[in-house]
Amino acid sequence: MSHIIETMNLSKKFGALTAVEKLNIEVEKGEVFGLLGPNGAGKTTTISMLCTILKPTSGTATVNGFDIVKQAAEVRRSIGIVFQEPSVDDRLTGRENLVMHANLYGVPTGERRRRIEVVLKLVELEDRADDLLRTYSSGMRRRLEIARGLIHYPKVLFLDEPTIGLDPQTREHIWAYIRELSKREDITVILTTHYMEEADKLCDRIAIIDYGKIVALDTPRSLKEKLEGEIITIKTKDAERLSEKLRESGLVDKTSVAGDELKLNVKEGHTTLPRIVEMAAGFGIHVEYVSLHEPDLGDVFLHYTGRGIRSEGGEEYHGFTAVRRRQIR
Amino acid sequence: MSELRGIYTLWLREIKRYLRERVRIVSSFFQPILWLVVFGAGIRFPTSGVTSLGYQEFIFPGIIGQTLLFTSMFMGISVIWDREFEFLKEILVAPISRVSIFLGKMLGASTDALIQGVIVFSLGFVVGVPVNTITFFQTLPLMLLITFGLVCIGLTIASFISSLESFGVIQSFVNLPLFFLSGALFPLSNVPGWLQWVSYVNPLTYGVDALRTVILGGSWTPLSPLHYDVLVVCVFDAAMILVGTLAFSRRR
Repeated sequence: MSHIIETMNLSKKFGALTAVEKLNIEVEKGEVFGLLGPNGAGKTTTISMLCTILKPTSGTATVNGFDIVKQAAEVRRSIGIVFQEPSVDDRLTGRENLVMHANLYGVPTGERRRRIEVVLKLVELEDRADDLLRTYSSGMRRRLEIARGLIHYPKVLFLDEPTIGLDPQTREHIWAYIRELSKREDITVILTTHYMEEADKLCDRIAIIDYGKIVALDTPRSLKEKLEGEIITIKTKDAERLSEKLRESGLVDKTSVAGDELKLNVKEGHTTLPRIVEMAAGFGIHVEYVSLHEPDLGDVFLHYTGRGIRSEGGEEYHGFTAVRRRQIR
Repeated sequence: MSELRGIYTLWLREIKRYLRERVRIVSSFFQPILWLVVFGAGIRFPTSGVTSLGYQEFIFPGIIGQTLLFTSMFMGISVIWDREFEFLKEILVAPISRVSIFLGKMLGASTDALIQGVIVFSLGFVVGVPVNTITFFQTLPLMLLITFGLVCIGLTIASFISSLESFGVIQSFVNLPLFFLSGALFPLSNVPGWLQWVSYVNPLTYGVDALRTVILGGSWTPLSPLHYDVLVVCVFDAAMILVGTLAFSRRR
C-alpha cells in the first residue's frame, strides 16, 4: 500500500443526479492534493464519502489502508476534517471544543493538555482559548477548526473549502498555516476549493473536477504548461461575433466567451495581438480593452471544461444563496 | 472504554450548554409557579370524594410530571439545532458508535430535565406542599426514570424532522394529550370511561401516579401499586431507548 488514498470507481448518485462518477484517484503520502472545481462539481460529495459521512452508491476507496465502507471506524480514526460550514459548538469555549474533540477521538488524557496547547499555538489562538466560540470571528473559528482537526494526529487532513467566505488577509494566513503544516508534520492534506489562486499556491497536485468527473490531474505547473503560449482577453460588446470572425480567419482556433469577455489561447501573443485588434476594427467591432497574460489555472479550467469556473461576482452570489437556503430549511 | 468516554463527553456537553443558559433556568421557575399558585389556588377543583387533599397538593406531583415532560420533549430540539449549525457532523464523523452518540445525548437531556424537576420540587417547600428531604431523595430516581423515555420521544421525533418550526408543532401535538390525559391536573375518575382507557396507555399516567404515591404518601389512593407504576415506566423507557437508537442510527 503505497498510496494513502486510493479510490476505485467511486460513485455517488442522489436520485437521478450523478454527483460523482467513477472517480479514480491516488493520493501520495505527504502531498497536498487539491480538488478544484465549481460549486456543485462533486468535491464535497467526494470528501464526504472519503470521510464516511456518505455511503458510495458504487465503487469504494481506501484511506490509510482502510476501506471506507467496511472499516468506517478505522478510517475515522485516521482522518481529521475541517468542514465547509463551521461545525463548532458556539456555546462552548475554544478549549472546551478541543477537549471534547480529544475525548471523542480517544486522545490519552495525560497527553490531551499538551496537544491542545500545541495546536492552539499553531493557529495563534492561545489568548482566546477560554472565550466562548460565539465571540470568535469567522476566521478564528476556521483556525480553531483546523487546530481541532489536528489534535488526534490524523494521517490525512481534509479541508473542504478552507477559506470560503473569509477576507483576503485571513485567507493568506490560513494558507500559510496549511503550508507550514504539510512541511512540519507527517500529514497528507486533501483540500477542495473553487479558488484558482488557492489551488495554485497550496497544492502539489490538482485534480480538476467537473460534473463529478476528473477532467485533468497534474501539478499546477504542468497543467499550466500544457496550455502553450499565452492568453489574450478582449472585452467587447460584440464578443460572440468577434469570436466567430476570428475562428473563420484561422488566426486562432480556441476561443471562449463569457459575457463581454472573449478569451483566446494563442502561441505568439505579442505578434498576434495587434492583428486581432486590426481585424476587429475592420469588422467595425469596438474593443474596450485587451490584455495579454500567462495562462493561470482559470485558463486551464476553461481549456478543459469549455467554460469559466465562475466570475467573482457570481460566486459571492451563489455562496450567499447557499447559506440562505440552509437557514430556511 | 472509548465508547464510555464518548458518552461521558457528550453528556458533559449537554450539561454545560444547559447550565450556561441562565435565562432559561430562571424562566423555568415561572411556569410551575403559575400552575401551582394561580391555577392551583384559583380553580379549587372539587377533589373531595377522590382524596382528602387540597387541590394544590394534588397537582404538585402532576406539575413535576409536566415539567419533566415538557423539558424532555424540548430537548429534542438540540438535535435539530446541532444539525442546523452543522455541529452534528463533527460528532457523526468521530470514531464512536451511533448508539453511544444517542446514549450521550439522551443522558445529557435527561439530566437537564431532572434539574428542572428538582427546581419544581424545591418550589414545594415555598408553596406549602408537604414535602421533605426524605421524599426528595425518593423522588429523584423516579424523576430520572420518567425522563428517559420522554427524552427518547423528543430525540426520535427530532431525528426524522429537520426544521425547528415543524418540531415545535409536533412537540405540542404530543405534549398536550400526554399532559392532559396523565391525571396531572384532575383525577382520572372525572373523565368519561373511554378517555380513561386512553390515559391507561399513557406512560406519564404511571409516572404521575408514582410521584403522587411517593410525595403524598397515605393521603393519596394510588391508581396502581408503586412497583407496578415503576415497572410500566421501565418497560416504556426500554422500548423508547430501542426506538430512539434505531431512529438515530439510520445512515443516508
